[in-house]
Amino acid sequence: MPLPHGHAGSANALEELKSHIATGNARPVLTEVLAALDRLLDSGEATTIDLGAFPFGPGDERLLDELLGPGEVTATIEALGRSIVAETGVPGVWRIDHFDERGETLSRFIEVTLIPDILKTQQGDAAQGRADLAERLAAFDARSPGGQAHD
Amino acid sequence: MTNPNFDLLMWARTTGFDIALAIMVGGILLRVVEIVVLGRKKDLARPKGNPVAQGLKTIFTRSLPRKGMVKEAPVTYVGGYLFHIGFAVAFLFLGAHIALITDLTGLGWPEANKALIETAAAVAVVALIALAWTRFSNPVRRMLTTFDDWLVWTLSILPLVTGYIAVNKLFGDGTLMMAIHMLSAEALMVAFPFTKLMHAVTFAMARYYNGSIQGRKGAES
Amino acid sequence: MTERPLLPELLRANGISRRGFMKYCAALTSALALPPALAPKIAWALENAARPSVIWLSFQECTGCTESITRSAAPTIEDLIFNAVSLDYHHTLMAASGTAAEEARLAAMEANYGKYLLVVDGSIPVDNPAYSCIAGISNLEMLKETAAGAAAIVAVGTCAAFGGIPHANPNPTGAVAVGDIITDKPIINVPGCPPIPIVMTSVLAHYLTFGLPDLDELGRPKAFYGETIHDRCYRRPFYDKGLFAEGFDDEGARAGWCLYKLGCKGPTTKSVCATVKWNDGTSFPIQSGHPCLGCTEPNFWDNGGFYKPLSTPAGDYRRVGLAAAAAGAALGVAGGLMGRANKARAARAHEAVDAHDLEKKS
Repeated sequence: MPLPHGHAGSANALEELKSHIATGNARPVLTEVLAALDRLLDSGEATTIDLGAFPFGPGDERLLDELLGPGEVTATIEALGRSIVAETGVPGVWRIDHFDERGETLSRFIEVTLIPDILKTQQGDAAQGRADLAERLAAFDARSPGGQAHD
Repeated sequence: MTNPNFDLLMWARTTGFDIALAIMVGGILLRVVEIVVLGRKKDLARPKGNPVAQGLKTIFTRSLPRKGMVKEAPVTYVGGYLFHIGFAVAFLFLGAHIALITDLTGLGWPEANKALIETAAAVAVVALIALAWTRFSNPVRRMLTTFDDWLVWTLSILPLVTGYIAVNKLFGDGTLMMAIHMLSAEALMVAFPFTKLMHAVTFAMARYYNGSIQGRKGAES
Repeated sequence: MTERPLLPELLRANGISRRGFMKYCAALTSALALPPALAPKIAWALENAARPSVIWLSFQECTGCTESITRSAAPTIEDLIFNAVSLDYHHTLMAASGTAAEEARLAAMEANYGKYLLVVDGSIPVDNPAYSCIAGISNLEMLKETAAGAAAIVAVGTCAAFGGIPHANPNPTGAVAVGDIITDKPIINVPGCPPIPIVMTSVLAHYLTFGLPDLDELGRPKAFYGETIHDRCYRRPFYDKGLFAEGFDDEGARAGWCLYKLGCKGPTTKSVCATVKWNDGTSFPIQSGHPCLGCTEPNFWDNGGFYKPLSTPAGDYRRVGLAAAAAGAALGVAGGLMGRANKARAARAHEAVDAHDLEKKS
């Protein structure tokens, strides 16, 4: 937000104040996460919670981070902008934040699962990868002297 | 295809406002001019004091309660002050209202923040409810209260309540609530010259008159 | 009509991985306010759905809506979804012209009767059909004919949805919206001048996967027209603090304060401009320092002036007020004089009575 110097101090104070604004939605979300973990353990069923589907303030985010904590795994996906997939301090509970090419948030999810689907290689991508590798091998073989016969 | 809510808002901003403004301005002038033209019987006695100075002074001094009256009727006095101050702050310092005043008169001043406006509006509403309660609970006052009083009370509380609902989107369509808020203010404007609301203009004339009579007799008012 | 590759092939050809596509579907699901579990279903439906035939009719319009949906900095998934439909008629975009173009429309209608999606931008003149014709066919006739076989209609842009600028006072062509003429088909209104590209494609994606989206009372998808711009505006804190720009180049404007006093229609305008933004999420009018004009609302052109604050009267109230003041003053003088005359008459009629007189009378 462009502000003249005179307002910089109050703007920072405002930002600091804003980071504590909570809607009270974090607590029920965590209850839902607990129930989702039960489902995961009982039947293996995964659950996705869209954090963009209801009002969720910076203060709620704070509570979420505080109670879930940092976990062991963090993965970065570069596909149409960055996505950060991180397991929280509660194994089985993942945070997935999608950003666009400019770093603006696209969507935010909590996934309760053993492994988020988006981390797995997609069937179509694997097929494309196989085709690409075959092509590269053919190109490599064509330009290396002696062709395939290295022996 | 049209949006009925927005059409109502536009009616409130055009025809509705024009009607309300015409009735309010015309009505106020009618009553004030009539009072002035009617005039008063000339007092032929030589004044013993200064009627003009006493008259002008009284306009202001009567804004303060008389000795002992606050204790006598605390809700009426404290509630009356709180309502008037709260209403004035909510009306005069909200940005949207200042935009209206600037459009009408060319005058403008700094806006207050939402917290102050809403506190003022809430204080005014609570004061109005307390004032209604004193009228209702005291049998003498209840007898003295007419339909006119309840009408004015309703017309005064409605803009405060509808404005709060519209700004905070408590319920209903935001555009519709904004239209209803404007219409409630326009109802107040229409009733203004023909009810006790007119005191907002005539209080100065009445106080001046009373004060100048005392002044002429050489008494303090 | 030429065969176009389906979406997965288009994605691959543009170097977009399926992960990227899944991410897009997740964002789309969130934007459409659908349960997140449906994201894979959306992905599957978009990849496998039979390519629906789309007929796009342009009437009294400026081509801004077509520009909006086709122009973006990089090939986005929105473009690709748009490419994955079989756009059988769009007289601005198609290569064919004249009779051949009209034949393509008729052929597509016949082949997909009752199943194709009709997209309309622009309003329809009803005062005189000759005001706007395509290949000698009036807009009214073409709309009625094409709508008859459509499964649903998407009215893209404020002109098609509500009449828009051609409908503005004094409406010289008698322009009306699609919904004013066609009443027996589901119509999705996607207003905006123009609408945001992702809103158009999301509506298309929703229609392809789940059919008609939830619509509000003005026929707009609730997911994109459920909240006002004011509700989600990043300048809202300034509104609440009572900090307003008073001009386009004052200190407040430079500090990015609220534009309410410059006539911003954000409080009464429902759209996702403030969150989705424009030009691939770069900015939106308020962020660029201009008040919202309210372009997703009916009659936005005639709603009291773009630069008049919403709280100010929009009519010619000064004349009315002056006339009322003069009339009130005149009536006041008349009333006062009448009162004085009454008083004088009463004084004249006054008779002095003493005890002697009273005695005589009794």
